[in-house]
Amino acid sequence: MPYNLKFSRFNDRSILIEWPEKIDEKLLEDILNFKNSIIEKISKEKIEVINTYNSILIIYNETIDNINDDILNLKAIYKQKNEEKFISSATWEIPVCYDLEFGLDLEDFSKQKKLSIDDIVRLHSSEIYTVYFIGFLPGFLYLGGLHQKLHFERKSTPKLHIKKGAVAIGGQQTGIYPQNSPGGWHIIGSTPIALFDSRQNPPCRIKAGDKLRFKPVNKSEYLNIESQVAKNLFQFNPTDDNA
Amino acid sequence: MLKVLQSGFYTSIQDIGRFGFREYGVPFSGAMDAYSLKYANAILGNNENDAVIEMTMVGGIFQFTEATVIVISGADMEPKLNDRVAQLNSPINIKAGDILSFGRALKGFRSYLAIKNGFKTPLILRSRSLYKPITESSMIANGDMIQYTGYNEFYHQNASVKYDSSIFSNTLIEAFKGPEFNRLSEIQKATLFNSELKVSSLNNRMAYQLEPLLKNDMGPILTSPVLPGTVQLTPQGNIIVLMRDCQTTGGYPRILQLTEKAINILSQKTTGNTLKIRQKV
Repeated sequence: MPYNLKFSRFNDRSILIEWPEKIDEKLLEDILNFKNSIIEKISKEKIEVINTYNSILIIYNETIDNINDDILNLKAIYKQKNEEKFISSATWEIPVCYDLEFGLDLEDFSKQKKLSIDDIVRLHSSEIYTVYFIGFLPGFLYLGGLHQKLHFERKSTPKLHIKKGAVAIGGQQTGIYPQNSPGGWHIIGSTPIALFDSRQNPPCRIKAGDKLRFKPVNKSEYLNIESQVAKNLFQFNPTDDNA
Repeated sequence: MLKVLQSGFYTSIQDIGRFGFREYGVPFSGAMDAYSLKYANAILGNNENDAVIEMTMVGGIFQFTEATVIVISGADMEPKLNDRVAQLNSPINIKAGDILSFGRALKGFRSYLAIKNGFKTPLILRSRSLYKPITESSMIANGDMIQYTGYNEFYHQNASVKYDSSIFSNTLIEAFKGPEFNRLSEIQKATLFNSELKVSSLNNRMAYQLEPLLKNDMGPILTSPVLPGTVQLTPQGNIIVLMRDCQTTGGYPRILQLTEKAINILSQKTTGNTLKIRQKV
């Protein structure tokens, strides 16, 4: 079903395309279908295309001469775009140690939400999450699908130092801190996997549209994976990659 | 090699930026004042994208180990070559052992040191621009040795386009309407375009905050794309202009989008400087 899209100039060399303002998997499929068609039709050398929950931003290499021509072209691509559903082929399994040593806010979370720690871990690791896009920090995944019982307002005062790999919950979202950084989310565990590596191209193997789940591991498994990651021996691959 | 004897207040290596990785959350980075970068590189007959040294507020002291040609552009930090005044915006021949020193910016805020064929620091994700955590550090430090290829030939300046120093005096910058512009009230729009805005002390390569507050009751938006030059309005009424190192997405209403030229002009402003914004049609 085609949506009523809004096309507008963002700056001298970018065009913004907007869908209705909501978080919805059907909408994401439409966005990613269109995104793929744009990259197919206009050479990847000439543009950079990024998506968020309800937008696509196209950044051209050069100043746009006639924006109306480019918008007409994009509208034509949307009309003709491949109607086949965008099917994510990859599900990534992220090992997470939920021990209190890593889940610094688990006890507090458990008290305030009146959920046992076991329930929190079970609810968090039984869902399959959708990667909507990457933003905020290099390699930070915006994930949809957090169980409603785990929704929890972010802290009023952010912590200054959150460790790389921290798995956390903020509002209706869950995420993984790809680098050491400040942040206001509640930390419930940690993963030894490196989500982002600027020495690799692409620097992040997980992409918009992929699926992801968290797999609980104990501390010795965590340390084992951590040492494999450090030696570049860890095989981090999607579990059912049909591509 | 260029030996960093003193790095200055905030000095980094920058080229035109890191493009093609924004979908992984990687900022563009690149020279804050892209005009001065391109100008200096053009004078040297370099590629537009060749890496330069960007100095902020107070420059550094550097020693060259090989002969080359340089151009200093952007803010006037009273550069001296072996204690003699060095010209801005024109080629300067350098001998091995020469020492180049910079002071405090008199006019403008960011100065650029470009070198024949560019600095040859490692390319990371196709760019030499420093930005942590893509690169190990965001700044260069005392004692660093920065690679370049020596150049011994007599240098002929081909282009002789005059440097446009209105970049420092200009206090009227242009902006497109941002995606959420129409959510502003008529009073907010009028205030935004008629007020003299002052650069707050919260200004860096990531963002410039402008004062005073713009009274606001708009809430946040669904996290959406932003670019350098995006002007955000927070629920508290802070006006935040995103700059070259800004993150790729944001959740505050995007009320305006500065033109490329406006970003360059703002990059040469510092705490307390004032300016006005005009809508680009």
